[in-house]
Amino acid sequence: MKRLLVANRGEIAVRIIRAARDLGISTVAVHSTADTDARHVRLADAAVEIGPPAANKSYLVADAIVEAARSSGADAVHPGYGFLSERAAFAAAVSDAGLAFVGPDAAVIDQMGDKVRARQVAAAAGVPTVPGTPGGVEDVAAAVAAAAEIGYPVMLKAAAGGGGRGIRVVDDEAGLREAFPAASREAANAFGDGRMYLERFVRRARHVEVQVLGDGSDAVHLFERECSLQRRRQKVVEEALAPGIDAGVREGMTAAAARLAREVGYRSAGTVEFLVDDETHEFFFIEMNTRIQVEHPTTELVTGVDLVAEQLRIAAGERLSRAQDDIVARGWAIEFRINAEDPTRGFLPSPGKVGTVELPAGPWVRVDTWLESGATVPPFYDSLLAKVVVWGEDRESAIRRSRRALAEFTVEGVPTTAGLHTEILDQEWFGAGEFHTGALEQWLSEREEPA
Amino acid sequence: MSRIEVVSPIPGVFYRRPDPDSDVFAKEGQPIGADDTVCLVEVMKSFHPVPAGAAGTLVEFLVENEDVVDAGQAVAVIEAG
Repeated sequence: MKRLLVANRGEIAVRIIRAARDLGISTVAVHSTADTDARHVRLADAAVEIGPPAANKSYLVADAIVEAARSSGADAVHPGYGFLSERAAFAAAVSDAGLAFVGPDAAVIDQMGDKVRARQVAAAAGVPTVPGTPGGVEDVAAAVAAAAEIGYPVMLKAAAGGGGRGIRVVDDEAGLREAFPAASREAANAFGDGRMYLERFVRRARHVEVQVLGDGSDAVHLFERECSLQRRRQKVVEEALAPGIDAGVREGMTAAAARLAREVGYRSAGTVEFLVDDETHEFFFIEMNTRIQVEHPTTELVTGVDLVAEQLRIAAGERLSRAQDDIVARGWAIEFRINAEDPTRGFLPSPGKVGTVELPAGPWVRVDTWLESGATVPPFYDSLLAKVVVWGEDRESAIRRSRRALAEFTVEGVPTTAGLHTEILDQEWFGAGEFHTGALEQWLSEREEPA
Repeated sequence: MSRIEVVSPIPGVFYRRPDPDSDVFAKEGQPIGADDTVCLVEVMKSFHPVPAGAAGTLVEFLVENEDVVDAGQAVAVIEAG
C-alpha cells in the first residue's frame, strides 16, 4: 500500500490521513465543493473534487470516488464511517477496480448487514441473541411454554404486525394467561392473523459493544465500550471500559465477539454490539458494524493499539500484529462528542462561521477534529465538530480530567453541546456509572421542566 | 392584499416534498393555512418543516427544489387574505 484514498470528510478523514502518514503511506482526499478549504483536504498529499455539496452528489457517489482513486494513482480506499462505509456494492466496486478496500470483504458486509443472517451467524458461533419465538405462537398453551423457555418479563406483539402497535409486556405466567387472548384477538382483527410473537423484554438495557480486529483467518478482541448514553439513537458520551458489567460478563462477551469475527472470517476492524440486561447481567448480540466507529479512540487509549493503522496493515495483507494475550486494557477513557447543536433550542443544528477555536490539550487529552479558527461548519453533513477523548488511570481520574479538558474547550460563533457534557459529568448517576439506554433522554426531559 | 415572505429559519437544502416519492407540500396558486407546511429544509441530516406563517394563497416559490438556502432567506411568497 503506497497511496491511500480517503473516501470521507471531517474528523475521521483527518484521523485516517494521520494514521496513513504515520505508516509512510501517501494520501488522497476527496471533497465536495463545500469542503474545498477543509482541513482534510489541506492535510492530504493530493485532493480530488468529486461533486456539489449534497452528500448524494459527492461523498455518496461510488463511481466518482473509484474514478478519483484511479486518476490519482491510489492503490487503496478507506471508507471511514457513515457514507459508503457499509455498502457492500462499494467495497466490491473498489476491489473490482484492483484496489484494496480497507474493510471486510463485500460478502461479509452483506452478511452482517442482514439482521436475519447476522443472527444465524451469531447462533452458529454460540453467541446469545435476544430469546424469542421467530415463528410466533398460536395459543395460550404454546405461549406459556415458549415464555418459560424465554424467561420473564416477556414482550408480546402481533407476529403479522409492524411497529409498536399492540405491544404488551407481561411479568409472569398469570399475566401472560390474562393478556394473551385479548392481544391475539386484536391481532386477528387487525391483521387477519392471531399469532403472537414473544420476546424477552429488557427493562433496563445497556448498550455495550466489543471492538474486534480480524485478518481473515484469526480474530482478537480489544475489550468493550459502554455506549448507553444516547439521544435519538445517537451516542453522546462513550467510554472504555464499561462501568456497568463485571469481570464475568466482560470475559464472556469479549470472547463471544472474537468467536463471531472468526466465524465469518472477518478482516479489518469491526464492532460487535450487545444489549446487556442491567438486572440479570445477561448479554445478547444485536448487530455487527463492519467499519471503524466514531468512538474508536477510547479503545485506542486503553489498549495502546492504533486501530486505523491496524486496518491499513491488514488491508495491505499483513497478519494480526498482536496475539490476544498481548492486548491488555490499562486505565479508563471517555469520549465526549461535541456537536454544532444548540441544547437550549431542542438541539437545533447550528451550522455557520466559526470564530476563535481553542482546543483542550495537555496530559492524556486527545482531540479528534477538523475544526479550526475561522472555519465554516457546513449545513450539509453531520453536526460532529470534535471528539474530546480523555484517559485516566481509573474512571474517577478520567472524569476529573474530563472536567479540566472540557473547560478548556472554546468555540465562538456557533452553539455547541460542550457545556452539556460538563453538566453530565456532574450528575450523580454518571459518576456512579448507573445508567442505561433511556437514561440520557430521561435526564434531558427532566432538566427541561421548569423548576 | 399583502404579500408575505416565507423565510427559512435555518440554512440548508430546500425540499418541496416530504420524500422523493410524495407530492409537493404546496402548489403555486393554492390556498394555504398559517400552520400548513410549505417546504422542508435539511440541515445536518435533520429535516425541519417550514410553516406558511400566514393564511392566504401561495403565490410563488423563490427557490428551486434542492437549492441551498441561507438562514433568513425568503423561499416563498404568500398573499394574505
